Amino acid sequence: MFDSLSSKLTGAFASLRSRGKITSSDIDATCSDIRAALLESDVALTVMEPFIETIRAKSLAALPTLQSGTNQAQAIFEIVSAELIEILGGAARRVRFAKNPPTVIMLAGLQGAGKTTLAGKLAKFYADQGNTPLLVASDLQRPNAVTQLQVVGESVGVPVFAPEPGNGVGDPVKVAEQSLAHAKTKLYNMVIVDTAGRLGVDAQLMQQAIDIRNAVNPDEVLFVVDAMMGQDAVRTARAFEDGVGFDGVVLTKLDGDARGGAALSIAKLTGKPIMFSSNGEKLTDFDIFYPERMASRILGLGDVATLAEQAKKAFDGDATAKLEEKFARGDDFTLSDFLEQLEAMSKMGSMSKILGMLPGAGAMKKQIENFDESEIVRTKSIVQSMTPLEREDPNVLNGSRRARIALGAGRKVQDVNSLVDKFTAAQKMMRQMRKGGGVPPAMAQGMGIPAGMGAGIGGHQHGGQKGQQPAKKKSKSGNPAKRAAQEQG
Amino acid sequence: MGIFSKFVAKIKGESTADPLDWQVLETELLGSDLGPTLTSQIIQSAKLIKGGDALVSLTQILNEHLSAKSRTLSKSDQTTVIMVVGVNGTGKTTSVAKLAAHLKSSGSSVVLAAADTFRAAAVDQLQTWGKRVGVEVIAGKEGAEPASVAFDAATRSKELSSDYLIIDTAGRLHNKSDLMAELEKVKRVVEKTLVVAEVLLVIDATTGQNGIAQAKIFTEAVAVTGLIVTKLDGSARGGVALAIESALDIPIKFIGTGESDTDLAVFAPAAYISGLIAD
Repeated sequence: MFDSLSSKLTGAFASLRSRGKITSSDIDATCSDIRAALLESDVALTVMEPFIETIRAKSLAALPTLQSGTNQAQAIFEIVSAELIEILGGAARRVRFAKNPPTVIMLAGLQGAGKTTLAGKLAKFYADQGNTPLLVASDLQRPNAVTQLQVVGESVGVPVFAPEPGNGVGDPVKVAEQSLAHAKTKLYNMVIVDTAGRLGVDAQLMQQAIDIRNAVNPDEVLFVVDAMMGQDAVRTARAFEDGVGFDGVVLTKLDGDARGGAALSIAKLTGKPIMFSSNGEKLTDFDIFYPERMASRILGLGDVATLAEQAKKAFDGDATAKLEEKFARGDDFTLSDFLEQLEAMSKMGSMSKILGMLPGAGAMKKQIENFDESEIVRTKSIVQSMTPLEREDPNVLNGSRRARIALGAGRKVQDVNSLVDKFTAAQKMMRQMRKGGGVPPAMAQGMGIPAGMGAGIGGHQHGGQKGQQPAKKKSKSGNPAKRAAQEQG
Repeated sequence: MGIFSKFVAKIKGESTADPLDWQVLETELLGSDLGPTLTSQIIQSAKLIKGGDALVSLTQILNEHLSAKSRTLSKSDQTTVIMVVGVNGTGKTTSVAKLAAHLKSSGSSVVLAAADTFRAAAVDQLQTWGKRVGVEVIAGKEGAEPASVAFDAATRSKELSSDYLIIDTAGRLHNKSDLMAELEKVKRVVEKTLVVAEVLLVIDATTGQNGIAQAKIFTEAVAVTGLIVTKLDGSARGGVALAIESALDIPIKFIGTGESDTDLAVFAPAAYISGLIAD
């Protein structure tokens, strides 16, 4: 979502980097670039002006200490990054659990912010951690909001408390109140109250939200905000803060390309932490909000931390350990291993989402968005059409076997050939890695890790840059520049 | 609305403007989600106004930024098909219901197609509205192919020779190319039976500059013919709709101002502009 903002900022910093020695007028120019970028991003003016002034002041203050040596652009880059993290809320806060269950979470926000979907995601998130949430249908306003919550509840396997049919019938305050007693008798340890969307200016409905809050005395009131929101985010957030009040913010629709300035504004002006982010239509597209990750995303550094975490979740311990063992024993990486990896990767979510988290992803935005997800399915189907023997030893794949596989997978023989060729190349690379260690630098570059950016900033460790000695010693690149780089490494 | 009140006071009054004041005005325009591009255009034109009737000149500047295209719904010889599209949560289903009520009250017969087969209970939501407004709703099962629902609805409304068919579609973020392709397919399939006369993009008034990207990409996919701006009863000024008109020449056709099925108004540019510049 912050991609456009990050590409603008990256531009600003690139021009700063291209200068040898930075002067105060360079800083002014950079600040005005940053201002323009933030304006396009819907950051509230009241938040932006002080932000720019802080950056300017801190950068100017840092200038004299940077006069000799050191990367000055880098230092300013770090100042901006630190300020962004500060505004986005410093350290992420977790939901406060009640001493005596149930823990009550109430959702509030404008119409269409995504409260009902979020209620389901939140319930799934906590159910997966071993809690027993109960969803409460207190949106009795919007036609069939109750049905929607029931459907959502069913698909995440969480019960829904919905004594009233909705569509204008029933009292949302009473439903919320009754849900508590219900949760206590049925021993649910968490209650998530979905409420109707309401405008900040609607005094009557705001009072209703206050009444619901008073009835259930929630441990957390979460304000749900659409990441696409514009300058009105500030007025709305204030209205909700003065009305029902809230303890934390949830950003939705982060999978869009909105620049999400609203997040910066709301966090800064209300001082309330952004606690969760929601980034897709699937009920698992939900995570705790990490300000430092988001800041690094804004600055075009990618979100390696999230990627690593998801990978850990998807690649289950046993399989990974088995593969490592195999690797250590000196056994070859086989097509069966490859299939396992493909399956684990599909578990991590769509390829475009995975690629989007890599550093420098902003530059390949278009390609990433248009990544053909079914390519993975096609590749899988080819491997699945092979016999166990063929998977272990692709050398047995003669013409007739290949023709059979193509038929089984519904692909052309060329597709099978190209997969086998690619796999053989990958297998060769794995063998070399075992000898030399590390991913060849050429591959790290191919992954879009920007030169000179990976190290230092934000402290991210890129696997590809750890082992610098090239594994592929025997073949030298035909490109003179690349060859020079290889020889240097 | 009066977002331009300071602006008007400025150009009405003094003939010399010190730079700081223009900055105040800039702040006000940006604060209404007009966006940096349109804001600087307006300020540039406004700086040229000298003497004469400032109010008339300003109205003219703003008028120049509005689309010159027709704001009334096009009418086909057969059933007029209106597709309603937009990102998630802007109020498409509610707008479809309001539009149906609006057309029905002027004596037209209307059929609705529940082609949002993705969001949980979206079909039920439209059916509830259909009952309230008193129009037939053609629906498939949840998870059904939206294009097939739309096709069935087109066939049915042709049989009924109803005046209008309004197709509700699932909310989709414009950067999801597969979902945009699905939308293109809905339109393509409907056009095997009936011409799609209008594609209305629903824009939430609280949307910021992303609204321009939404309008641009939806237009590339399904040739948007007009906008419905919703949630104008809140504190948002919906300035992004003006920015869309100005940047992409897509006229605002309707505005939504509440949760009841009668809270839909035909967009009146003259009233809108005088509302903007009223002190």
